[in-house]
Amino acid sequence: MSIKGKAYVAGVFEHPTRDAPDKTTAQLHAECARGALDDAGLSFDDVDAYFCAGDAPGFGAMSMIDYMGLKNIRHMDTTETGGSSYIVHLNHAAQAIAEGKCQVALITLAGRPRNGGGRPGPGRGGGGGGGLSDGAPEQGFESVYGGSTHNTYGMCAMRHMYEYGTTSEQLAWIKVAASHHAQWNEHAFLKNVVTVEEVVNSRMIADPLHLLDCCVVTDGGGAVVVTTPEIARSLKRPLVRVLGAGEAPKVQQGGRGLDLTYSGAVWSGPKAFEEAGVTPADIKYASIYDSFTITVLMQIEDLGFCRKGEGGKFVADGNLISGVGKLPFNTDGGGLCNNHPTNRGGITKIIEAVRQARGEAHPKVQVPNCDLVIAHGTGGSLGVRHGSATVIMEREA
Amino acid sequence: MSDTTERPALMSRPLPAPAVTLESKPFFDAAAEGRFLIKRCQACGEAHWYPRTICPFCHSDRTVWEESAGGGVIYTYSVMWRSPSGPYAIGYVTLDEGPAMLTNFVDVAPDGLSIGMRVKVKFQPTEGGAPVPVFAPA
Repeated sequence: MSIKGKAYVAGVFEHPTRDAPDKTTAQLHAECARGALDDAGLSFDDVDAYFCAGDAPGFGAMSMIDYMGLKNIRHMDTTETGGSSYIVHLNHAAQAIAEGKCQVALITLAGRPRNGGGRPGPGRGGGGGGGLSDGAPEQGFESVYGGSTHNTYGMCAMRHMYEYGTTSEQLAWIKVAASHHAQWNEHAFLKNVVTVEEVVNSRMIADPLHLLDCCVVTDGGGAVVVTTPEIARSLKRPLVRVLGAGEAPKVQQGGRGLDLTYSGAVWSGPKAFEEAGVTPADIKYASIYDSFTITVLMQIEDLGFCRKGEGGKFVADGNLISGVGKLPFNTDGGGLCNNHPTNRGGITKIIEAVRQARGEAHPKVQVPNCDLVIAHGTGGSLGVRHGSATVIMEREA
Repeated sequence: MSDTTERPALMSRPLPAPAVTLESKPFFDAAAEGRFLIKRCQACGEAHWYPRTICPFCHSDRTVWEESAGGGVIYTYSVMWRSPSGPYAIGYVTLDEGPAMLTNFVDVAPDGLSIGMRVKVKFQPTEGGAPVPVFAPA
């Protein structure tokens, strides 16, 4: 497949300013976006893909998606190659459009080097004097409040319990299942099998999450190699092909209709299942991001493994334990017990899903006939703004 | 980071100075005078949070500052126990004007919070910066 003729540049805009002492970098991004969309005759709501580089203040693409009120984003790219980034983005946007991943891609650039806004970012100065910041636009309204992963995920668990009656004991079953798997992993950071009682009696970290509701902190890393069908068949490894993928940000949408009981998986999951042509009932093994027990529970609901609000019942009584329950998950022990290298668990989610699809997981946790697997992650904060990503893979016979 | 096991009667926490931008400066200037401002769009009529120049709903730049009484209800919260300065509560308040905002809860015991509780804004001094909005039981 080629991008040749598959994508069109519909709108462009060059900001008329050459000196912007009275505007933030975020505002300039938004004004440029509006100018290009106006030129195209499209609206912000038509945009389903957003591309930016290091000049965009804040957390990857998420801060600007939030600031600009982009609510239909299903594809993101923050490739950084310096000044050429936007030409790379055009190429990547054309690829994404050619593949049907998106239909309207927005690429923005803005900055204020004449006014001290050199390389904006969290905590940076450069707001044009007077001690003003030109960093992430949300920073002054968020970072002062001491949000960490623990307590911002805790807020989600608290609301989920309030709305659906989810209990700490139900959440604890997720850790229990992970620990049953980790006991067989010689590299697991925590190998001891724990009980529901041990989880709920561990000390409180951020209500209602206990110490054993939290993932481990580990050094380490991982890597993945992706190739063509032809090269894959020339190699001596089991064939695991990508069937479908989806991605989506979840941001605060101007504070309107805040709902912390679901994640961006409600968008990334269906995209992946649709492309793969399979349903949650077909999945044999699931790698589900487990920064905290609540992360797993919400994502299982959002991916469609059970109905919204019924995640507590679904994960209880060992339903996630390989060989015991209906949805074997994180058979390496996951982030809760095995590994969460540099606080980024997405790559280990892919790796264990590939092991399962190859039939190379530990024999004690290997799912029989494991020909269809899912790997899903949440990055950032479940309770503030995050990026969700789903991939479905198949073992080729 | 050390943990605490003490349960204080009322929570409070020293706060760092907020990062103030050109767009948020009017908010923090008003905060220094004890006034709580939100932004509303004159084109679509909607109030939003956090305040910005361009409306996140209709993308008009006809947004204006509006003084709010700062009343609302707790949408959710979490008391953070892993804190060297003692436990503190983070959460979201749904303002009476509609938008929800991230904040801290003060002047309340760790077990004194509940979802749906009415709260009211107050301003807490920060370390060398503008005061920031926090909420206490109404």
